[in-house]
Amino acid sequence: MKNNIIHYCNIKNSEVYLDGKKLYEGAGEEDFSSFIKGVYKNFNLDYPKFYKMDGLCKLAIASSSILLEDLKDEIDPDMAILLSNKSSCIDVDLKHLDSISQGEESYASPANFVYTLPNIALGEISIKYKLRSENSFFIFEGFNPTFMIEYANSLTQLNKASSVLCGWIELNENNYNAFMFIIKPENGIEFTRKNLEKLI
Amino acid sequence: MNLPQNKIPVYVTNGTCVSPMGFNLIDNIEGIKKGHIAISEITDENLQNESFYGAVINKELLNKAFSQLTYKGDFSTLEKMMLLAVDQIAIEYKAQMNDKCGIIISSTKGNINALSTENNEAYFLHHLAKKVSNAIGIESEPIVLSNACVSGIMAVSIAKRLIQTEAYNHFIVVGGDLFSKFVFTGFQSFQAISSQPCKPYDKSRDGITLGEASAAIFVTKDLNLIKSNSFYEVIGESSINDANHISGPSRTGEGLFQSIKNAVKESKIEVSSIDCISSHGTATNFNDEMEAQAFNRMKLEKTPVFSLKACFGHTLGAAGLLETVISLAFADQNLIPPSFGYNEHGVTLPLNINSEAIEKEVKIVLKTASGFGGSNTAVIFKKCTSDEK
Repeated sequence: MKNNIIHYCNIKNSEVYLDGKKLYEGAGEEDFSSFIKGVYKNFNLDYPKFYKMDGLCKLAIASSSILLEDLKDEIDPDMAILLSNKSSCIDVDLKHLDSISQGEESYASPANFVYTLPNIALGEISIKYKLRSENSFFIFEGFNPTFMIEYANSLTQLNKASSVLCGWIELNENNYNAFMFIIKPENGIEFTRKNLEKLI
Repeated sequence: MNLPQNKIPVYVTNGTCVSPMGFNLIDNIEGIKKGHIAISEITDENLQNESFYGAVINKELLNKAFSQLTYKGDFSTLEKMMLLAVDQIAIEYKAQMNDKCGIIISSTKGNINALSTENNEAYFLHHLAKKVSNAIGIESEPIVLSNACVSGIMAVSIAKRLIQTEAYNHFIVVGGDLFSKFVFTGFQSFQAISSQPCKPYDKSRDGITLGEASAAIFVTKDLNLIKSNSFYEVIGESSINDANHISGPSRTGEGLFQSIKNAVKESKIEVSSIDCISSHGTATNFNDEMEAQAFNRMKLEKTPVFSLKACFGHTLGAAGLLETVISLAFADQNLIPPSFGYNEHGVTLPLNINSEAIEKEVKIVLKTASGFGGSNTAVIFKKCTSDEK
């Protein structure tokens, strides 16, 4: 059987959707940091480490938790994670840059520096869901459904994973868009370029 | 699903690299054989009041070497390093560029010096990737892999997978990262920078030495395209996350252990047939100890293992690919490179580390890497010779 999209979650424009259904709406004019805090509280994510994370990891943890929380027992322990975005981890990079550009006052913070790699988001999801699995982070100019389909399918075809948590997870200041979904050889929405472009 | 009964064999060939030791593979190999290292003592008050160690490329020499190539336009230091590395591959495989040929750029921080609060265009990794892929005439959308310190070697396994599932016929894999204030100050804040050229697995090791480099390799399923006498098949690979900590490795080496185990299983080889391990060996306490755990759990403690970090420094997104290219070039000559900086055994479990090069028939090479975010990668290469074609 071919891979299908079995569940998906969107966080964009101050709103949170699960499988196309709106579950949460933020205040509208708030910045990303207030909005994501609101999401955390609304969904009772109960993960104190959340507050230590940079924005990109918060977005990744919020969207993956909303997607995975109800599926707990059904999550394949070898589910791969395949994330991508455009801006890498620019927000925390700018913070680190600022901290080292203060002349005599320069003092890099290890708590910031550790987040200055986009794949830390994969590590955070892996830790939260105990996924000792294949994972990788890619950068493209824009959402690239063709690559996502080719690579996710190769992971299952080559027996590297039974299912794949895929995502476009973009954050640049207050512009954000998270689209996370699970693909698996089960009934679901056809895993095609057209569908992905529609669902993002 | 479709069980891969008859997997398409995938090969790597024409590895090249650019480092402070030289702008081509031969200079780097000869340098190592003579006992040279790319690391030197550096004085730069912008970074630290006292002098420190790093592997930094002389930019005048780089510009001079780059000006002898045919690329037109403005290129950043990293773009020049990448193009200098990939140039020979681009020339030799020009005819393949439009034959379902992909390009993977592996980098952690790319043009990080272009980051500012104003015009950030060059900071974006896709921008760097497009500059490189356009310059060499690749038509397909470049793929950037940014997966911390495993990126360089993971890129090879991703190329292999996408060729085996017939999405692509060939890949050019290019890795590169700079020595930057951004990264240096970060590791400094972790107190992870060594006060000496780093000493992997040694008792007196006290952290990493940073470096900059680029490397490239051609990945293909088409044996007819391979002109060199010896080349390598990618016979097994796996990348398993520790799911343990974002900035420290698993103490039991779990992710690395599983990655090697999976790679061995896919290869259908015996662990004992691995001739040498080109390890990550950063010379931090935790990393080297974790690797010793994983290698021992795999019963690889008698297999010769070496780290090239005390030669090139830690070159981040380039490291895995640079070290692969160097290791395979040594394997061509049936040599195992020296593990520089190692004098007194400094991990709690046995490992077979040699500070001198070893002459030995080398057929199977295991490359491993581990990095922030809990990432680990293991790839196994098998030597092929031209009469196997």
